[in-house]
Amino acid sequence: MNFFLLSMLKAAVVAGALLFTLAYLQWVERKVIAHIQIRMGPSRVGPHGLLQPVADIIKLLTKEDLIPPYVNKFFYMFAPFLAITLALTSIAVIPFGPEIEIFGVRTRMQLADLNIGVLFILGISSVGVYGIALAGWSSNNKYALLGGLRSSAQMISYELPMALAIVAPLLLANTLSLGELVEKQGGAFLGVVPRWHVFQMPFPQVVSLIVFLIAGFAETNRIPFDLPEAENELVAGFHTEYSSMKFASFFMAEYANMITICSMATVLFLGGWQPLWPAALGSSYVPALLFAGAATVMIYHGLHPARPKDRYTLPAAGVVFLLIAGVFLLPPLRPFLIPVFWFASKTGFLLFVFIWVRGTLPRFRYDQLMRFAWGFLFPVAMLNLLATALVVALVSR
Amino acid sequence: MDIFLFILFASIAVFCAVNVVVQTHPITSALSLVGVMGALAVLYLLLGAEFIAAAQIVVYAGAIMVLFVFVIMLLNAGGEAKSAGRSQMVRWLGIPLFTIFIGLLSYIVQRAVPAGPGVSFGQFTGGTPRDVGRLLFTQYLLPFEATSVLVLIAILGAVVLARKEIE
Repeated sequence: MNFFLLSMLKAAVVAGALLFTLAYLQWVERKVIAHIQIRMGPSRVGPHGLLQPVADIIKLLTKEDLIPPYVNKFFYMFAPFLAITLALTSIAVIPFGPEIEIFGVRTRMQLADLNIGVLFILGISSVGVYGIALAGWSSNNKYALLGGLRSSAQMISYELPMALAIVAPLLLANTLSLGELVEKQGGAFLGVVPRWHVFQMPFPQVVSLIVFLIAGFAETNRIPFDLPEAENELVAGFHTEYSSMKFASFFMAEYANMITICSMATVLFLGGWQPLWPAALGSSYVPALLFAGAATVMIYHGLHPARPKDRYTLPAAGVVFLLIAGVFLLPPLRPFLIPVFWFASKTGFLLFVFIWVRGTLPRFRYDQLMRFAWGFLFPVAMLNLLATALVVALVSR
Repeated sequence: MDIFLFILFASIAVFCAVNVVVQTHPITSALSLVGVMGALAVLYLLLGAEFIAAAQIVVYAGAIMVLFVFVIMLLNAGGEAKSAGRSQMVRWLGIPLFTIFIGLLSYIVQRAVPAGPGVSFGQFTGGTPRDVGRLLFTQYLLPFEATSVLVLIAILGAVVLARKEIE
């Protein structure tokens, strides 16, 4: 097929899936946080608040778009554009699955397999600072400026441990292409333990993964490192003066960055689309079993309803889940769906960890944040890198 | 396609470079410089130097210029006022002299550089990180290590200069 047509098709699918995930990630976050705090969360719009993202989008689109009189107009408009564009770009190099064949066309389940994929993501994320810094500066507001400055200082500081944590698994894999990186993590030790970089001999990258995730919290400005938008000190930080869709752009950029960081962690450390245990031991039946199990639970609760309306909604949802379980068993779709399932479940788990931490930890103070980055995280990442390099050099000899 | 991309990003680079000088506000100038670096990175990519392109973005656009912008914001530097009256000589002779200067420069460059085969896109394939790394650690090991020592000395110097005197 025509290269351009194929690329555009793939881009459309990936962009659609990404935007859908963005919208519903926010719903998931509100629900999970609510349950951590023993509340219900969104429950009014649609069943279990499932249409809440749609309502939010309509609200944000129709709100008045204020431009305060003393802002630097050009950069005030440019900053959210920059933030969201850069945040959405990184998804282009993330591999969702192996090379597959659909309707006689062989293609990778990845938009672009760059041989500098890792560097590309690092570059995009380091340029991403401009969006927030410019938003803070151009708003001409002291809270926004402080938020922007804090954010740029924080992101520059945490980029170093993050880069060092990324380099260690690269030493094991010996490549910078994300697709190849995942392929090298295939197979298993002793037939059971997967060869992901967290478990990879000769030097398991557990420390790297933890450092990467902590730095990821800081890079995405999330609790416990959300100093740039600390409400009790800075109103709303760098986006104080933004309203309507411009505010939504920053909001979406934060969630898109979260997805990028989690997919990067999946690809670098958790074996991307490789299954949890080898397909020979039946790992490819996991998605079907999971969905079928969920369907059984739903139908059971539908037959013994706690609330009157559960009698209809739960069995209906159960049947849908059973159908999904059936789709995972269809032979023509399996080589395509199973890797995506594994990739999505690992990334989803990491996203859940992000939300979980937000519900659990309080915010750092700014000096603690900086001391933690330079005094603890950076040396730990450096030591881990040196140890990995030494072991790899000794073993490969 | 290559030619089209080259012309597009070369003109972006030139436009941003001119903008660095023309703009009066330091933030605008600094960001134009970032634009120049981004456009240059694309040109490197077109020539097949992938590693250099990525390093250009990560190091220059992502690290050095962020610090520049950071400092400008921290000092809250305002835009400089344009000098009100230019002298008659500048007004009348500026553009002709500039044209002559550019003409002379291009003539000299054309004479000095031997006419070889032009650059063709997609011919060079030795720009991957693997190739660059191999060359750095074999053929160019000494300059590479010397540079790293130099950078280390610079870092130490910066730390010494930035450290507060404890009395």
